[in-house]
Amino acid sequence: MKEEDRLEERNPIEDLLRMDRIPHIWCPGCGIGTVVTSFAEALRKSKIDLDKVAILSGIGCTGRVAGYIKLDSIHTTHGRAIPVATGLKLANPDLKVVVFSGDGDIAGIGGNHFIHAARRNMDLIIICVNNFNYAMTGGQVAPTTPIGGNASTAPYGNFEYPFSLPYLAEACGATYVARWTALHLRRVTKSIQEAFKKRGFSFIEVITPCVTLYARRNRLGDGLNLLKYYYEKSEIQHGADTRTLDISYQGKLIVGKFVDKEKPTFLDCMNEHLAKVLGDKYQLYGVNNE
Amino acid sequence: MKKVKADPKGVLTGSHYLDGDYALAEGALAAGCRFFAGYPITPSTETAERFSERIPMVGGVFIQMEDELASIAALIGAAWGGKKSMTVTSGPGFSLMMENIGLACMLETPLVIANVQRGGPSTGLPTLTGQQDMMQVKWGSHGDYKIIALSPDSPQECFDLTIEAFNLSEIYRVPTFVMTDECVGHMHEKVVIPPAEEIELVERKWYSGPKNEYLPFKPDKDMVPFMVKVGDGYHFHITGLTHDEHGYPVINAECQDVCVRHLNDKITNNADKIIRIEEDQIDTAEIVVISYGITSRVTTRAVRKAREAGIKVGTIRLITVWPFPEKRIKELAKKVKAFVVPEINYGQVVHEVERSAAGQAPAILVPHCGGWVHDPDDILKAIKEAAK
Amino acid sequence: MIHFGDLKSKKGKIHIEKDRCKGCGFCVEYCPKDVLELSEEFNIKGYHPPLVVREDDCLYCQLCETICPEFAIFVTLKKEEKEGEKGESRP
Repeated sequence: MKEEDRLEERNPIEDLLRMDRIPHIWCPGCGIGTVVTSFAEALRKSKIDLDKVAILSGIGCTGRVAGYIKLDSIHTTHGRAIPVATGLKLANPDLKVVVFSGDGDIAGIGGNHFIHAARRNMDLIIICVNNFNYAMTGGQVAPTTPIGGNASTAPYGNFEYPFSLPYLAEACGATYVARWTALHLRRVTKSIQEAFKKRGFSFIEVITPCVTLYARRNRLGDGLNLLKYYYEKSEIQHGADTRTLDISYQGKLIVGKFVDKEKPTFLDCMNEHLAKVLGDKYQLYGVNNE
Repeated sequence: MKKVKADPKGVLTGSHYLDGDYALAEGALAAGCRFFAGYPITPSTETAERFSERIPMVGGVFIQMEDELASIAALIGAAWGGKKSMTVTSGPGFSLMMENIGLACMLETPLVIANVQRGGPSTGLPTLTGQQDMMQVKWGSHGDYKIIALSPDSPQECFDLTIEAFNLSEIYRVPTFVMTDECVGHMHEKVVIPPAEEIELVERKWYSGPKNEYLPFKPDKDMVPFMVKVGDGYHFHITGLTHDEHGYPVINAECQDVCVRHLNDKITNNADKIIRIEEDQIDTAEIVVISYGITSRVTTRAVRKAREAGIKVGTIRLITVWPFPEKRIKELAKKVKAFVVPEINYGQVVHEVERSAAGQAPAILVPHCGGWVHDPDDILKAIKEAAK
Repeated sequence: MIHFGDLKSKKGKIHIEKDRCKGCGFCVEYCPKDVLELSEEFNIKGYHPPLVVREDDCLYCQLCETICPEFAIFVTLKKEEKEGEKGESRP
């Protein structure tokens, strides 16, 4: 839609939302809605064919994103959005498949699927909204909760080492790794746009306030306070070594684009290898797709 | 229901000497399966190996996933991407798949899962036979749902019933299971694969109305909703949460009632069209032996000996185990003296027989805990006892 | 060649879906021109929605629109500015 044609009465994002399900279930001050707007902006700017985009999410607060965006979307079981996305992408390689899910869903129960999809360099875009806990179920400790962070199943503070998700993604073979906070609106949009253009496993972590649970349990204020806090603590270091990206409890948040490289995807490898070995007997997959 | 002919690319027409596992793969390819995601597990691994060799030649994709949970999840994705999809596993892998089998049922996704059963529980007997997942296939996932399960008794049937499983899953938009076992899976026998024109397949129930009116779960006259695939511009949403016809989650008791009844009645109300059993000498029978899979072949010898001894024995071979032919059993229970149910487990399908008989005739179990097939004399002994 | 003195900044008109607002305050805090303030009134849910207090200062940066988690605020270009320079200030 051209800027001049914006209707006076209607928010342009409503074209991309299932308006019959708005208002959404997220808390006041929750950053997920902000990430969704950044994502919608990226969709608009990339001028991508919206019929060919699929959104998959797992279970959790962020998992509800699939239900609000008006594109082909599937709300899967906990942690299994990535393998469903794998199957979908392999069935129809023309699709742009986006997994929009939370830190617990992707790196906790879905951890195994995450590392293998990254290892295979499946052509997927993973947007991981990290709010440092399992919010939907009441704020339990997650594999990303910083040491010392309070959660309902770590009432005396977390003592387990958390993941550094960009480090994990890079180590497994992701070709695009970035981390931002929810307030880095335009940079999140830009990262998503870059991921749309890229082939391979793209991982974008967005650190987002969780008001009702994480902020409350850790006395970090309300949504606005936490959004500000994350932004102020963040420092942009493009290309930083992912080994240095640990998040400590009250410490610095290093954000930026850390990895952006080219590597053949799963289907590229499959086609190249099987064509080499089988010659004429092999029909390239996804090239002249049935 | 639109019928189509098989794609000749996937049909290995001719007479072959194959084991059951390979026949499952050939049946799937003949049925148009072009996506396989699986994980190796004895005794089903050969099916995956066969797929990995053959599917690239017919324009499909094989992917060995990181575990069984991922395998079944990938199948759901591929099915909604428009492909006919299959996986194969055995007991422990089957247990891992249960949550997503529930998701597949809730999303009303057509797909086929073959379980080459082995001795259990837990790691059990990886290389030896069993029929110990017959209840799990029906009740394994949480919640109330119904599925279709077929039981082949030979490599030829592995081929034929896999094609039938694909057809049933497309007709009823439900996961369909081929419950075979290690014995049939590793048994080599002649498998005749007909020419592609002779194989009748059912096309997926594609929606063709206006895009903005599509409802993913609105039942049609036969209770089965129409389906679309991702990428065709329908912008649909589906979820594992209790949902309405739109696919949107609705968290209340009224919606749950509609949802659960639909998922179950869809199969129950169409049971008569789905159930297939093979009967022999039922009309004159005093004792009826009910068996399925490899056990039905062992039963043949026991029944022959019993008939030679003058006992009026009839047999029912369950080709469809779920939905269970309860109406037929209930009917027969009024006439026969007893049912004898040999199975390679400690009592699973026998409970269904007992329930269906409703006390009118006893259901006598001839168990074998797994690891080998029955000794026909054990079945014969039970028949003789029942006849007294 | 662009003369910076000839560029006119864009002007925006702000639209607020009051009843969708959950009073998080993001838009008020982050508007670069302090166009918004949290109002005294209550919306249907009991929150204080934002109020446009300095509409003439709005630059059409659309930050409020992007940051709002409730999709409750958006901006349109004011008609009289559309004849001016087009597009250079927006990516």
